[in-house]
Amino acid sequence: MTEIKNLTLVDLVSKVKSKEISSKEITEYFIERSKKSKKLNSYITENFEKAKKMADEFDKKPDFKCKLPGIPIAVKDLFCTKNLRTTAGSKILENFVPTYESTITENLWSSGAILLGKLNCDEFAMGSSNETSFFGNVQNPISENLVPGGSSGGSASALAADLTPATIGTDTGGSIRQPASFTGTVGLKPTYGSCSRYGIVAFASSLDQAGPMTKDVKDCSLLLEVMSSYDNKDSTSVQFKRGNYLDKLSDNIKGKKIGIPKEYRIDKMPKEIEDLWQKGINIIKDSGAEIVDVSLPNTNYALPAYYIVAPAEASSNLARYDGVKYGFRSEGTNLIDMYEKTRSKGFGDEVKRRIMIGTYVLSSGYYDAYYLKAQKVRRLIKNDFDEVYKKVDAILTPSTPSSAFKIGEKKDDPVSMYLNDIFTVPVNLAGLPAISIPAGTDKKGYPLGLQIIGKAFDEQNILNIAYSMEKQINFKNNLNDWWMK
Amino acid sequence: MKENQSEYLIKRNNNEYEVVIGLEVHAQVLSESKLFSSSSTKFGAEPNSQVSLVDAAFPGMLPVINEFCIKQAVRTGIGLKAKINKRSIFDRKNYFYADLPQGYQISQYKNPIVGEGEVILDMLSGEKIIGIERLHLEQDAGKSIHDIDPKNTLVDLNRSGVALMEIVSKPDLRSLDEVNLYIKKLRSIMRYMGTCDGNMQEGSLRADVNVSVRKKGQKTYGTRCEIKNVNSIKFMQMAIDYEANRQVDVLEGGGAVDQETRLFDNKKNETRSMRSKEDAHDYRYFPDPDLLPLELSDEFINDLKKNIPELPDEKKKRFMEKFKLSSYEATILVSDIETSKYFEEVIKNSDVKISTNWITGELFALLNEKNLEITNSPISAKNLSKLINFIKDGTISGKIAKSIFEIMADGDQDPKKIIDEKGLKQQSDPKELKKVIDKVVNDNQEKVKEYKSGKEKLFGFFVGQVMKATAGKANPQLVNEILKKKLK
Repeated sequence: MTEIKNLTLVDLVSKVKSKEISSKEITEYFIERSKKSKKLNSYITENFEKAKKMADEFDKKPDFKCKLPGIPIAVKDLFCTKNLRTTAGSKILENFVPTYESTITENLWSSGAILLGKLNCDEFAMGSSNETSFFGNVQNPISENLVPGGSSGGSASALAADLTPATIGTDTGGSIRQPASFTGTVGLKPTYGSCSRYGIVAFASSLDQAGPMTKDVKDCSLLLEVMSSYDNKDSTSVQFKRGNYLDKLSDNIKGKKIGIPKEYRIDKMPKEIEDLWQKGINIIKDSGAEIVDVSLPNTNYALPAYYIVAPAEASSNLARYDGVKYGFRSEGTNLIDMYEKTRSKGFGDEVKRRIMIGTYVLSSGYYDAYYLKAQKVRRLIKNDFDEVYKKVDAILTPSTPSSAFKIGEKKDDPVSMYLNDIFTVPVNLAGLPAISIPAGTDKKGYPLGLQIIGKAFDEQNILNIAYSMEKQINFKNNLNDWWMK
Repeated sequence: MKENQSEYLIKRNNNEYEVVIGLEVHAQVLSESKLFSSSSTKFGAEPNSQVSLVDAAFPGMLPVINEFCIKQAVRTGIGLKAKINKRSIFDRKNYFYADLPQGYQISQYKNPIVGEGEVILDMLSGEKIIGIERLHLEQDAGKSIHDIDPKNTLVDLNRSGVALMEIVSKPDLRSLDEVNLYIKKLRSIMRYMGTCDGNMQEGSLRADVNVSVRKKGQKTYGTRCEIKNVNSIKFMQMAIDYEANRQVDVLEGGGAVDQETRLFDNKKNETRSMRSKEDAHDYRYFPDPDLLPLELSDEFINDLKKNIPELPDEKKKRFMEKFKLSSYEATILVSDIETSKYFEEVIKNSDVKISTNWITGELFALLNEKNLEITNSPISAKNLSKLINFIKDGTISGKIAKSIFEIMADGDQDPKKIIDEKGLKQQSDPKELKKVIDKVVNDNQEKVKEYKSGKEKLFGFFVGQVMKATAGKANPQLVNEILKKKLK
């Protein structure tokens, strides 16, 4: 029999349904691998004992009709999980145990999945390398001392290292797609409003969106299907016809028009990235789809606009962590003193940096010049996409401007760190869906991803394109489990 | 009746200052649940017993608008004859405080749900229109309690997230009487609509008061001070009185009024500076990204308009036209919806004129004395109506009616029962009365002589004797008629 780690999520589901394999076997397998993989530091909180119990229960009374029957899944530690510590990678929530469940994780459990544990991430999802986590760096299984990307770094690492058959992350400016690209996995950010934000620790409310992170496109389709639902507990949740993404998955993309935006050909883009992009273009042409040169003229302004809007919202969203009601408190001589001590000690540097930027851009006298202007830019960026989508069905770009970098390499250079998001951020600003799929490697053998951006609520289309490309690219991480030795 | 003052002038040396007042009224929306959560809003519950995860701002919790509160705000806007904005936006007002769990208050800043409107004051000198600048929806904060624990401040979040309407007037108020009438009228309109119970003791209605002074005749406004969170009409008046005089003193002393936020201390009867303009909070308002802009359809607004009850101004007009009431009487009877209901119930079967007099006279005096609302009146509208009918048809005299009214006040009895039991029915049988009068005349021959010789004021003496003999039950009109004939 094939080793469990070589099976996809879809494979596992079908083997459980055909009783070839039990939930217990799968669960114990991933727990064992996880236990031997402490070096990666992917987990913040383990739920192994409970998971085993639940797998036993599932096997005793199996429900094979559900979509993730008895499948263990570890999730990013930004999703609130009832009775299991939820930290958002921060000291300020180090001992916070929610009494409630996020809608997204609830959707997983009600589909039969079992919670394996909570995965490391950048503090409050602010980071592109998982280096801002209070719980330490995460290793990329691709190579030692390589970052897994961020903020869903623990998720990407655990997935690539086969510590979980699939996982979920959140993406505010690229936090699913960039780590997917860095670890040779698939990550999708759905259309804003597709996946409920209820119970997800908020970073930037108008940009945050949860999404699947998987080994391949089929798994991605299945997991999105489970995650996406209309939720009246989230006022920005959108009611639209959600598809059976997996059933409708098709690699026939003949006649589709795929746009190539010239503005993504940035200065000093490494040749490897250029070549990768070209490879993608060729594959699409071979599939019978049509390549169309398009222009997204305001792309240049996306990153600065993002780094105003996201910190502005974050500065307000994080005001609730004040030591009064829950979470970490450092006693003070009076209320203000308590606030200052709690927040100084409770938050890390990157979070403080963004709170300060956000507070600044919202303050009176600066609001118009920064926040309001950024919102206008955001509108223009959305208009650019609307214009282009009159001519094409989807857009193809690289996912990131480089492959994974070394731990510590960019830690003290926030601007160069922020530049990582240059290809992913416009998608969040416009609220569109986008998927990153592994498409090749650089000279060092590190994975590189391509991004397919779709129209709003047109996830099926980008999944189909990704599926078609995936078949031709036939990418595979060849990992030797170095971290387990 | 005291004339309402329509201006408040303060004289110092040779200068006369006019006081200019604007009010920001915070009215709690009458709603079972909070503005963005399903927690109960019931007053007086155990501390922190009505707090949801949303109200306490737990991680990942999101606000969901309570549609009923939106309807209540729109209805109030209609009652203020105001422009209903079809698109409004919820903003975050950011500041740190222990009883503000989110670290921001969700409010409406640039785009409120209701725009300009008006409130008509019924002054004795006529009507005066006070402009409404806007009405917006916002969340209430929790309550910090400083006096239970010697070292710590305790926080009660029951109020956190309760829906408030902030109703901002234009600086059109000019006297303490106008402030009184304005608050009462606003309260009345909201109670008519059931959008706010107006209970000031429970904090359902409170106001920030803006006060400035200017020399009489000056066109531009003076610098204003805002007095925060005053919770009774009396305190508002005291605060304005103190503050206006303070400002005049500052100006007369050659100084300038600083724009600042002040607190009213009702024990010392003074206002004190809380923070100056320089120290004013920077609230960093921005649209709440957790909530979409609020879009109202014409249909939604029209449906609410269709179901608006008759409001005090319209009711007053109807009362004056249909029942020929004076403006003063009508104003009193419509000032409170329950009073107007009581009045209309009584006059269904009774004479309007007598009813009006009895309600605004005897009944109001009784309620006032017992400190009761009309909804708790010891005398029901039905029984008062019966009493009035007995007066009207001559069964009892007005005087007897008053003593019956007093008995009725002790437990709402049917006046007919009282009349029967106590034999209080008026003697209107001329034959019977004639007998009594004959006896009185016979017993007082001396007085009769004096009367006939010209001492006519003795007539009253004879009436009195007849009343005495009948225990006050004799029909006074008949007594007069028969006596006059007899003594001719």
